[in-house]
Amino acid sequence: QVEQVKLLDRFSTSNKSLTGTLYLTATHLLFIDLSQRETWILHHHIAAVEKLPLTTSGCPLVIQCKNFRIVHFVVPRERDCHDIYNSLLQLSRTAKYEELYAFSYNPKQNESEQVKGWQLIDLAEEYKRMGVPNDYWQLSDANRDYKICETYPRELYVPRTASKPIIVGSSKFRSKGRFPVLSYYHKDKKAAICRCSQPLSGFSARCLEDEHMLQAISKANPSNRYMYVMDTRPKLNAMANRAAGKGYENEDNYSNIRFQFVGIENIHVMRSSLQKLLEVSGTKGLSVNDFLSGLESSGWLRHIKAVLDAAVFLVKAIAVESASVLVHCSDGWDRTSQVCSLGALLLDSYYRTIKGFMVLIEKDWISFGHKFSDRCCQLDGDPKEISPVFTQFLESVWNLTEQFPQAFEYNEAFLLQIHEHVHSCQFGNFLGNCQKEREELKLKEKTYSLWPFLLDEQKKYKNPLYNPDFSPELTLLEPNTVSFNFKFWRNMYHQFDRSMHPRQSVFNLIMNMSEQNKQLEEDIKELEAKIKRRSGQSDAVFVKEHQQSVRPAPTALKTPPCFKKDQPLIPLNDAVRTIEGSNTADNRYSELMEEFSKAEPAIVSLEYGVARMTC
Amino acid sequence: MEFAELIKTPRADNAVLHRPFYAAVEGTLCLTGHHLIFSSRRSDDGEELWLLHSNIDSIEKRFVGSLGTIIIKCKDLRIIQLDIPGMEECLNIASSIEVLSTLDSVTLMYPFFYRPMFEILEDGWSAFLPDRDFELLNSVTDEWRLSSINKEFSVCPSYPPVVIVPKSIDDEALRKVAMFRHGGRFPVLSYYHKKNGMVMMRSSQPLTGTNGRRCKEDEKLINATLRPGKRGYIIDTRSLNVAQQARAKGGGFEQEVYYPQWRRIHKCIERFNILQESLIKLVEACNDQSHNMDRWLSKLEASNWLTHIKEILTAACLAAQCIDREGASVLVHGTEGTDSTLQVTSLAQIILDPGCRTIRGFEALVVREWLQAGHPFQQRCAQSAYSNSKQKWEAPVFLLFLDCVWQILRQFPCSFEFSEQFLIMLFEHAYASQFGTFLGNNENERSKLKLPQKTMSLWSWVNQPEELEKFMNPLFEANSLVIWPSVAPQSLQLWEGVFLRWNRPSKYLDEAQEEVFSIIKYNRLLQAKVNSLRKQLAELETDDRMQENV
Repeated sequence: QVEQVKLLDRFSTSNKSLTGTLYLTATHLLFIDLSQRETWILHHHIAAVEKLPLTTSGCPLVIQCKNFRIVHFVVPRERDCHDIYNSLLQLSRTAKYEELYAFSYNPKQNESEQVKGWQLIDLAEEYKRMGVPNDYWQLSDANRDYKICETYPRELYVPRTASKPIIVGSSKFRSKGRFPVLSYYHKDKKAAICRCSQPLSGFSARCLEDEHMLQAISKANPSNRYMYVMDTRPKLNAMANRAAGKGYENEDNYSNIRFQFVGIENIHVMRSSLQKLLEVSGTKGLSVNDFLSGLESSGWLRHIKAVLDAAVFLVKAIAVESASVLVHCSDGWDRTSQVCSLGALLLDSYYRTIKGFMVLIEKDWISFGHKFSDRCCQLDGDPKEISPVFTQFLESVWNLTEQFPQAFEYNEAFLLQIHEHVHSCQFGNFLGNCQKEREELKLKEKTYSLWPFLLDEQKKYKNPLYNPDFSPELTLLEPNTVSFNFKFWRNMYHQFDRSMHPRQSVFNLIMNMSEQNKQLEEDIKELEAKIKRRSGQSDAVFVKEHQQSVRPAPTALKTPPCFKKDQPLIPLNDAVRTIEGSNTADNRYSELMEEFSKAEPAIVSLEYGVARMTC
Repeated sequence: MEFAELIKTPRADNAVLHRPFYAAVEGTLCLTGHHLIFSSRRSDDGEELWLLHSNIDSIEKRFVGSLGTIIIKCKDLRIIQLDIPGMEECLNIASSIEVLSTLDSVTLMYPFFYRPMFEILEDGWSAFLPDRDFELLNSVTDEWRLSSINKEFSVCPSYPPVVIVPKSIDDEALRKVAMFRHGGRFPVLSYYHKKNGMVMMRSSQPLTGTNGRRCKEDEKLINATLRPGKRGYIIDTRSLNVAQQARAKGGGFEQEVYYPQWRRIHKCIERFNILQESLIKLVEACNDQSHNMDRWLSKLEASNWLTHIKEILTAACLAAQCIDREGASVLVHGTEGTDSTLQVTSLAQIILDPGCRTIRGFEALVVREWLQAGHPFQQRCAQSAYSNSKQKWEAPVFLLFLDCVWQILRQFPCSFEFSEQFLIMLFEHAYASQFGTFLGNNENERSKLKLPQKTMSLWSWVNQPEELEKFMNPLFEANSLVIWPSVAPQSLQLWEGVFLRWNRPSKYLDEAQEEVFSIIKYNRLLQAKVNSLRKQLAELETDDRMQENV
C-alpha cells in the first residue's frame, strides 16, 4: 500500500492528476482516489511496466495493459516506486499455468455447476447442427489419442472416402501434422470449409495421400467438381517457405483445385502493426494528420481489410459457386482460424447469436489450437510469439456489426468482454495452446468456463436492434469492403479514455429503453388486471396489439454481474447500472440524462487539445 | 430572356438513367427552364427524378457511336449518368444544361419562379427579426441598445440594418469605429451568456496598417463589454503570422498597448481556396471505390478536411471556454469577419446555449449568425466539389460549419432537437434551392432583390409541422448544460451522411435507424398508457373509497 500516489490523465497536456492510494493485492493492482473511485488492474492484464526518470513530484510509473488501458502513476518516493515496479514485474510474469488467476478464482459455484458450465458448449452438437456426420462426412477417430496431430482436437470430421492411411499419409505431408479436416459444413450448398496447414512440398515434393485427401474433399461435394485452395499468406512468404521444405500446393499435382493466395501478413507483421497503432493513438496532442498518417503507416486497417477480404472470397466460393474451400496458412492456427471463422460467420446466422458466437470461438479458435497462451503471452515466454490475431478477428466482427446493425444478437460490449477475458486468465477456456495441453492441465476440474458467466449476464451483451429475421432471403452477409468502410475501433483501443467517447450513448439508451419497454408492458398488464378487478371490465386489447410489434424480448433479467470489480466495458456502463436497480416504470430516461451530464466534468474534454491559451 | 431559347431539344425519349446502387432506368428526359426531369417509362413505379439546374456543378459528355452519354455531377455531391440516343440531341441537351446551370443573373433563378403548393402558416422571412432577439436580451440586461445606424446599409454594406451594440456607445462613435474596421464591420453583439453575463462580440480586423493606427472609439467600444477589473479575450482566427502580414495591406490586429485589458489568442482557420481544394480532394477520395486502404487513408489525410474541422471546433471551444469557464468577454474576428469568425461564434453558441440546439433556435442561429451577419452565401456556394472554375471566393465555409455541428451532434446525440437530416437539408439548400433564403450575399443585396416579396423563405416550408417531423431527433431530451465536445482526432469522424451518401448502399443502416425510432416511439406509447392506466386506477380507487364512505 502506497499513499499519496498520483494518477495522471493520459492525454492531458497540463498533467492533470488524481491523488489517491495504491494497493497491491495477490491478483490486482488497485488505485482508490480521494473521491473513492476505484481503478482495478488485473496483474495478468499488465503487458509492460516502465519506470520513467525521477521528476520533482516523484517517480513516474507507466503501466500498459493488454486491454489497451494505459495508466501513469507518480509515486512520491522512489523506493516505493521501485518496490511496486519489482512486484508488478514478478506478478505479471507467470512461469507456470498453475499460478494463473483461473486456478485460484472461485466464483462460488458448486461442482455440478462447474461441470455443467463446461458442458454448455458441445462441439459434437454443433457439427450435428451443421448436418454432419452425413453421407459424405464422418467423424474420424484417427486423432483420438492425439497421435496424428497434437494440436488438433480428438474429434475430427473428414470425408467418408478418406481412409485412415490417407489421413496418416496426408498428415505426414502437412506442417505439424495438421491435415485437412472439416471446419464448417454448408448444408444447403453441400459445400465445406476445410482447414489444414501448409504442405511440405518444398520445390517439387508431392504426396499421393494428400492429393487423395483433397480429392476426397472435393468429391464430398456433389454440387461442384472443383474446390478452392486458399493460401492466406502473401505469395512471397509462401514461396520463401519452399526453401525450408514447406510451401504450397502445386495445381498440376492436384486434380480440380483452384489455388489462390489472399495475402494476409504473418504474426510478426501484425504485432508490430498494432505496436505502431498504439504508439500513434497514445500520442498526446495528436493532430488529425498525424493520426491519419499514423493509422496508414501502421497498416492496421489494411490488415483488417485483408482478413475480411479473404473471408469474403471464401464465402463467395461457397455461396455463389457451391464449391468447397480448403484454407491454410503456415501452421493453420492463426490466419486460417481468422478466415474460417469469419467465413462461417458470414454464411451462417447462428454464429451471429450470443451462443453461436461462443460455439464459433470454441470450434475454430480453441479446439483447432489457436495458440492463445503464446499469442496473448499468458506465461512469461517468447515475445516473438505474441500477436493480436484474435483481436483482429474481434475487430473484423465489430466492423461487420457496424455495417449490419441488426444482424447480430450481441453488441460491442460482448466483443470487448471476450477480449478482456482472453487476456485475463480468469477462466480456463483460453488457457494453454491446444486441447491436449488443456486436458493435461485438468482445466475442466480446476477452473471455470467463461461462457456460462457471459450467458448469465447476457442482458448486457444484447443488441437491442437485433432482428433475427434480418434479410430473410439470405442469411448470408455480403459486407462492403471498400476501404472507407473500415474505421478505427475507438471503443477497443481507447476503451478506458472516457473523454474521447460520445458523452451520450444512443446504444445504451436504446438498450435501456427496450428493457424498460418490457417492464412497461408488464406494468400495463398488471394495471389492467387491477382495473379489471375493480371495475369488472377490461380493455386489455392494448398490450396484445402492441406486443406483436415488438421484437422477441431478451429473456432473463436476473443475477447480478458475476465479475465483481470489473471495469466498465463501454463508457457510461456504470450509469446504466444505476438504472437497473430502480423499479419504477416512470421516466428513467431523464434520470439517465442527468447522470450523464453530472458524471462528466465539463473541463475534461476541453482540456485535451484546446485549453492552452497562448498570447 | 426566354428560357425556351436556351433549350433546343426539350425532350429525349429512350434515355437511360444510371445511378450507383440502382438498376438503370429507361425513360424520358425533359428540360425546363429550371429543371431536368427524368421520368421512368414504366408507369407502375412512376419514378421521376427532378433535378434543379442550379444543383448541377459540372457536366461531361461522351460519345460511343451515336449514343451520347452525359455525366452530371451535382452540388449535393451526387453523380448521375444519362445515356441519350442521337448525337445532336445529346449535344443540345448538354449545352442547354451547361448554360442553364450557370446563369449569371440571380433573378433568373428558380426561387423567383417557384410557387409553393403549400399553405403558408408563418412567413419565414419575418420569423427571425433582430428586434425580437433584442427584446429577449433587454429583459435580462439593460447594457445594450439596438442601433439603426446601418438602416441604409451605408455604414457597413454587409451588416443588417439594425445591430446590437453597447448602450454607452453612440452612433457617432460607431461611425468612427466602422472606419477603423475592415468593410465597416464594427464590433457587434453576437451572444450574451445569461449564466454569467459574459458576451461574445464579432467584427472584422482593425485597420491598423503598418504604422499602428489606433481608434479610441474602437477601444472604448470593446472595453464597454468588460466588467470592472476583468480581462477579455480577443480570438483572432488567423495565425499571428498571417495577422502580421495583413498589416501591409492596411489590416492588422489589436495591439497590446492600446488594448491592455485584452489578451489576444491566435488560432489558425484556413480560408477560401484552401478550403475549396480540401473539399474537392475529400470528395475525390470518397468517390473512388478502388482505393486500397493506404491510398484511402493518405487521400483522406491529404484532403485536410478533418484538420479544418478540428481547427474550427477547437477555436469555438476556446471561445466558449473563455466565456463560460474564465468568465471573460470575447471578441472574435479574422480578416473580413464573414467566414471563420462566423464559424467560431455560431459553434460557440451551440456549445453554450441549449436554445441553439432546438430546431427553432438553430434556424435563428443560421439567420442571425450567417444570413444577417453577411456570410456571402452566393459567392461561397456558387460551386461545390466538382467545379473547375476555381474562383477565389468559392469556399465550403458553411458546409464546414454544418460538419462541425454534426460532430457535436454525434458526441451528444440526445442534446439536439434536430437530426442529421436537418443539417443535410441545410447543406443542400445553401447550394441549390427553390427558396430565396440563401440567395444574395448579405441583407443589403437581399433587400435590393426584394427576396422577401418575390421568393419563398425556406423556413416557411421547413416549419410546417409535417415537414418539421422529418427533421426531428427522437432521442432529444432537453439538456440545459454546456456541452463540451472532444476534439481529439480519434473522436472526429468523416461525415458519412454527406460524403459517402451516394457511394454506398445504406439500406441496413437506414433500417437500423428506423428500428431505433420505433423503439423510442413504442416507449412513449407505453409510458402514456401506463400513466393513463394509473390515473384510471386512482380514480377507481377514489370512487371505491367514496362509495365506502357513503
